Amino acid sequence: MAEAKARELPRVERPLSPHLQIYSPLINMVMSILHRITGAALYFGTLLLAWWLLAAATGPEHFATASWFFGTIIGRIILFGYTWALIHHALGGIRHLIWDTGRGFDLKSVDILCWSTIIGSVTLTVLIWAVAIFLGGGA
Amino acid sequence: MAMRTPLKNVRRLGSAKEGTDHFWRQRVTSVAALLLLPFMLWFALALVGADYETVRQTLANPIVAVLLVLFIITTVIHMRIGMQVIIEDYVHAEGAKIALLMLNTFFAILIGLASVYAVLKLSFGVAI
Repeated sequence: MAEAKARELPRVERPLSPHLQIYSPLINMVMSILHRITGAALYFGTLLLAWWLLAAATGPEHFATASWFFGTIIGRIILFGYTWALIHHALGGIRHLIWDTGRGFDLKSVDILCWSTIIGSVTLTVLIWAVAIFLGGGA
Repeated sequence: MAMRTPLKNVRRLGSAKEGTDHFWRQRVTSVAALLLLPFMLWFALALVGADYETVRQTLANPIVAVLLVLFIITTVIHMRIGMQVIIEDYVHAEGAKIALLMLNTFFAILIGLASVYAVLKLSFGVAI
């Protein structure tokens, strides 16, 4: 009985370990989160490559359907997102490989590496799409 | 007093009996994917808006087909162990975790096998 009573007492407000919403979004934290999100997106994005390859392997009609889908606005938005996710995850991977060697852990290097990742991924994605549009004969 | 046998220290495999195998495989597959990335970008850009015959002719080239298969294999291994870590981080119910880890393996093998099969079917028997 005494034990049951003790359990009903108001709980003392103890500090909890801080979680994401407590911190201001520092660039290395944002890049860490984006690395995981882009990785997960690329995981499901492999469905696109598999579908495209299977469609081509099945025959001209199926290939035409896949080709048509990737040419639509929605298809292009998905492909653009996929391109950025791929490049961003690749650059983030290079950053992690540099860190794996034990280098670049001082705050200045961390900031430079993280900012390079996002600036590099956006720039390269735009460049790749500029080339694609140039080669593909426009929108 | 050390409770570890010398053999345990020699093996360096830790309690999971894998050592740094997971970590190392993630690095090896990431370096492989990085090396193949320029080829994949060329491949994608070369086939922007391409018709069926162009795609067949491009994949008929053994070098293209082999590099594409390499990229598919390194990618599905990389993504499988990557997603495994995500699942282990966020899913704590034992049943759901095991089910998702299994699904993860099935998905990776299905995507890998289907993609490789498609590349080989497209590539075999087509003269350049």
